[in-house]
Amino acid sequence: MKEQRELRDIFCEVLMEVAEQDERVVLLEADLMLAAGTYPFNSKFPDRTFNVGVSEANMMGVAAGLSAMGKIPVATTFTPFASRRVYDQVFLSIAYAGLNVKIRGLDPGIAAQLNGGTHMCFEDIGLMRNIPTMTVVEPVDEIQMRRMLPEIIKHPGPVYFRTYRMNADKIYNDDYKFVWGKPDLLVDGKDVVIFATGILVQNALDAAELLKADGISAKVYNVHTIKPLDADTILSAVKETGAVVTAENHSVINGLGSAVAELLVENYPVPLERVGVKDIFGEVGKLDYLFKRFSLEATDIAAAARKAVSRKKA
Amino acid sequence: MDQEKLLFLKDKAREARYLAINALGNFGVGHVGGSMSVIEVMVALYYSEMQVDPENPKWDDRDRLVVSKGHSGPALYSVLAMKGYFDRKELLTLNQPGTNLPSHCDMKRTIGIDMSTGSLGQGISAAVGMAIAAKLDKKAIKVYTIIGDGESQEGQVWEAALLANSRKLDNLIAFTDYNKLQLDSYTDDINTLEPLTDKWAAFGWFVQSIDGHDFPALIEAIQKAKAVVGRPSMIILNTVKGKGFSFCEGVVRSHNMVITQETLKKALEELNYSEQGV
Repeated sequence: MKEQRELRDIFCEVLMEVAEQDERVVLLEADLMLAAGTYPFNSKFPDRTFNVGVSEANMMGVAAGLSAMGKIPVATTFTPFASRRVYDQVFLSIAYAGLNVKIRGLDPGIAAQLNGGTHMCFEDIGLMRNIPTMTVVEPVDEIQMRRMLPEIIKHPGPVYFRTYRMNADKIYNDDYKFVWGKPDLLVDGKDVVIFATGILVQNALDAAELLKADGISAKVYNVHTIKPLDADTILSAVKETGAVVTAENHSVINGLGSAVAELLVENYPVPLERVGVKDIFGEVGKLDYLFKRFSLEATDIAAAARKAVSRKKA
Repeated sequence: MDQEKLLFLKDKAREARYLAINALGNFGVGHVGGSMSVIEVMVALYYSEMQVDPENPKWDDRDRLVVSKGHSGPALYSVLAMKGYFDRKELLTLNQPGTNLPSHCDMKRTIGIDMSTGSLGQGISAAVGMAIAAKLDKKAIKVYTIIGDGESQEGQVWEAALLANSRKLDNLIAFTDYNKLQLDSYTDDINTLEPLTDKWAAFGWFVQSIDGHDFPALIEAIQKAKAVVGRPSMIILNTVKGKGFSFCEGVVRSHNMVITQETLKKALEELNYSEQGV
């Protein structure tokens, strides 16, 4: 079920609440306020909103300077410009310098939809998790955004959070308790575990339903924090099931699948199948088409789970 | 400027050159050229114009300096040691394993450094961010930044230049170390910046162009820049790369040079500076 409200509006609402409490919070934009849904913040805190124009590298440097003076800057732009375009600035001026900047990457992966292949960023998780001290997270729906954003702001260090901005699938209920860094068990099962993130979480839940018909019982986790990866939770789920699928709206290279594979190969090797973009460029289209085009549908996840389970038996 | 102050500043510059060449020569290789061209501006800032407190290096209301051309670290370290931010003996650890004094400025390692720099073009953006923050907090501090001429070929410098003007950052005073040389050759031969003064003026900055080794000119320009209202200042320092030593002064390949013990000995003789009494 889709959320009633767009995730960008929830983001802005929560950021305003946080900024009300903490005057160090400032917002940086690079001429995408309309897309980012942050005009209300600008109206409420005009002195704390800095739209620097189309200059993302400069935005990251300015954010670093603001942080060096004690502010907590939140810098927003589309994922390609929040990651690959500004990689050296994020690396040096922010992370290496030990500064506290929150980077919000909008519309990750296929969520770029009609902006097409130029804007379709399948590498941001990889880039960001390669930077020491960087935390990489993806809030998935309204409730999680409400719980997670204040913690992102509180966290003492750089955070990259990628987020869909439109009407997300509703995953959580009001009683959801968010724990920083800890993957959420959404469905319990015993034959295979699916670690999903972002807009593939709903597809993973649908896949678990499909697998029931085959008599396969799947656990589904939302791994909202890709770095640092919660090794304890991942390993204990893997030990219970003995077969693993990862599902992400990102390249299979250096994303969640790679992070889980790295952990398992050194600690508890079991059959692992990765659902994600197979080292190819994005292209223009709407979400339904793109899920199919890049084999990110529930059926793809279910097929990967069957394969992982069969490899376990082999 | 009175004669006494001039002699004082000149003496500090000689001391800074002595400490920097000694540190670089002790290690045997380093960024000599771009360190020697900024000695005077750093001495002018730390011994005359900047509000800082070496006893309280994190003092909230201090002026900030972002050495955007981070490879001038050895010059800055020398002046910081002279000011007492850390023991000058530490200068001889430059680039040694585990040192707090790496080639490029590192705010996490070196006491007194306000921003980590080294990948060119980035520091000036951070300085803009600091100036914005100071305005937001209504702090009457100044933010200084030193960029290189080669660095000015980075697009990010001009992104920052646009924003500083747009935000009317009259608390931001930038310097260009215009020593006319970059790593490979003459800036004019590789990718000219000219007309540099006109460019900064066209970006809306208050621009002055001076001899960057002339203390009275430096002090006057900085004081004039401090008084400017409504726009940022650029002071173009016409300097000589490797200034002060015949082995590197104006030498095309002085960006990062080997310094043999013999070269160091000759350089120290030329400087005619004795550590006694320092």
